[in-house]
Amino acid sequence: MAGGAATGGTARTDTYAEARYWLLLPSWVVLVCIVLIPVLMMLVYSFLTKEFRGGVIWEFSLAAYDQFFCSRGLFGDEPCQIEWTYINIFWRSIWQAGAATLLSLVIGFPTAYFIATRPENVRPVWVFLITIPYWVNLLIRTVSMKFMLRDNGPVNDLLLATGLIDDPLRIVNTNFAVQLGLFYSYLPFMVLPIYASVERYNFALSEAAADLYASKWVTLRRILLPAVKPGVIAGCILVFVPSLGSFLAPDLLGGAKNFMIGSLIEEQFKGNAGNWPFGAAASMILLSSVLIILIVFARYQARAQKEAT
Amino acid sequence: MAARNDIKRYTGFLPMTILCLVILYAPLVVVTIYSFNDSRSITNWEGISLRWYVDVFTGPESEKYKLAAWNSFTIAITAAATATIIATLAATSIVRGGQFRVRMLSLGLISMPLMVPEIVTAVATLIFFNAIGFTRGYLTILLAHIAFCIPFAYMPIAARMQGIEDTYEQAALDLYATKRQAFTRILLPMMMPGIISGFLLAFIISLDDFIITNFVKGAGVETLPTAIFGAVKQGIKPNIMAISTMLLGVSILMVTISYFVSRKDRLT
Repeated sequence: MAGGAATGGTARTDTYAEARYWLLLPSWVVLVCIVLIPVLMMLVYSFLTKEFRGGVIWEFSLAAYDQFFCSRGLFGDEPCQIEWTYINIFWRSIWQAGAATLLSLVIGFPTAYFIATRPENVRPVWVFLITIPYWVNLLIRTVSMKFMLRDNGPVNDLLLATGLIDDPLRIVNTNFAVQLGLFYSYLPFMVLPIYASVERYNFALSEAAADLYASKWVTLRRILLPAVKPGVIAGCILVFVPSLGSFLAPDLLGGAKNFMIGSLIEEQFKGNAGNWPFGAAASMILLSSVLIILIVFARYQARAQKEAT
Repeated sequence: MAARNDIKRYTGFLPMTILCLVILYAPLVVVTIYSFNDSRSITNWEGISLRWYVDVFTGPESEKYKLAAWNSFTIAITAAATATIIATLAATSIVRGGQFRVRMLSLGLISMPLMVPEIVTAVATLIFFNAIGFTRGYLTILLAHIAFCIPFAYMPIAARMQGIEDTYEQAALDLYATKRQAFTRILLPMMMPGIISGFLLAFIISLDDFIITNFVKGAGVETLPTAIFGAVKQGIKPNIMAISTMLLGVSILMVTISYFVSRKDRLT
């Protein structure tokens, strides 16, 4: 029963073996034509010459990647100096996605743990409560967040009313607003894997630790956390990866000062920049980073599974 | 047993959970409340009215939003239905087609839209349609949505199929049913909850999608998210909150239906 390891007790048969290629044909046609070939074309486009106002000229060039990493002076004939503008945007994307992941972890871990330790019959209701907002349109959630955080919005009203602050806080267009937006976008991805690992955790281990005079926080740090580590790492990956390439939260909550790579890409195609090869190159750099993270994670998971068996 | 529960309890975890739920729900609740505000400004509260809902349907921008809503819903229904059919066929092959070499490759291909960042998929699709000279519009949005929805439809469908033992189909085959009959009369009806979940999931994903749509829509064709985004760029106006509240209601209704479909099924 290969392939059933992850799901356990799966009914896999070869009832429809003779039709198996025909059954797969529609999905192959659609996905190869509308996802795989386009991604390969994007790779090709990133090595072409730009045409002004969008589009490309079919001539091989490294200009797009050169523009990302190099500054060659005003007339483009000086030797390569490292160009920090785009590297900084990329670095900020990583930093912001990391901060959003940490925020999700700090709030998501206790939540997931709390839900997983409720009586079994009410757990699905709790999980449902956590996931409902995720199904509300991301754009609407982001706009709602902006509405809450704006200078004369409800959050500031509340803080002013309680007397915590005297003047409205400027939250919109800060890094923190973007992190909150990203947290709001992907929180269930953090909670669900952790919830699943805590549910599987054997609390007899905690009891044993308590019997040996371990305090609760020592038990949490030395027994529980190592046991649920795969869930925590999965949650972090699932929040970090989409945050890295997100567009709506940085665009609506961050403004121009807090540009992330998603906005940079968008500007090359939709905005005024109109440099398609450069946008394709930036997309390739983003895609490569994500794939590297996913490959490292897949290897870690495979290793963890080997150790478990 | 009290001691056992004590082991599991950590001070501060309940407040964290409550904080988490407040952050998740407060923005949605506040926007819903403010959508009933009788004021022209979004800051002052001037009593309850339905004027902004009326404004959405009859106001100066109503035509734009009606068209966008029509596009959104027709694309979502078509894309979700197509993706569900494709995903059901693919799941039948992957779950009930035995071991073959293309199987893992197909699984990888199906999950590709989940792995690749959405903005990268959007860029790639735009470049592709542009290169083959496909004019961007309604049809390009629909095609992109079909591809993007397949993994979301596939997950609940495949999970459901793996949970059904094949003894029922084998029994039908023993009674001289053809393979096709075993599939359409035994497997498909038993799969229904998974198929409905897959369809609803794909429907919500399509209805919500902004990034891919924004790239492949071309000029003139708008869906609700792109229309709302364009309006929000000018600042949040009260009618936006009314539209948001309606969309929010649709999404929550869909998810609730899907939740109860899968739950009712577990009880039987």
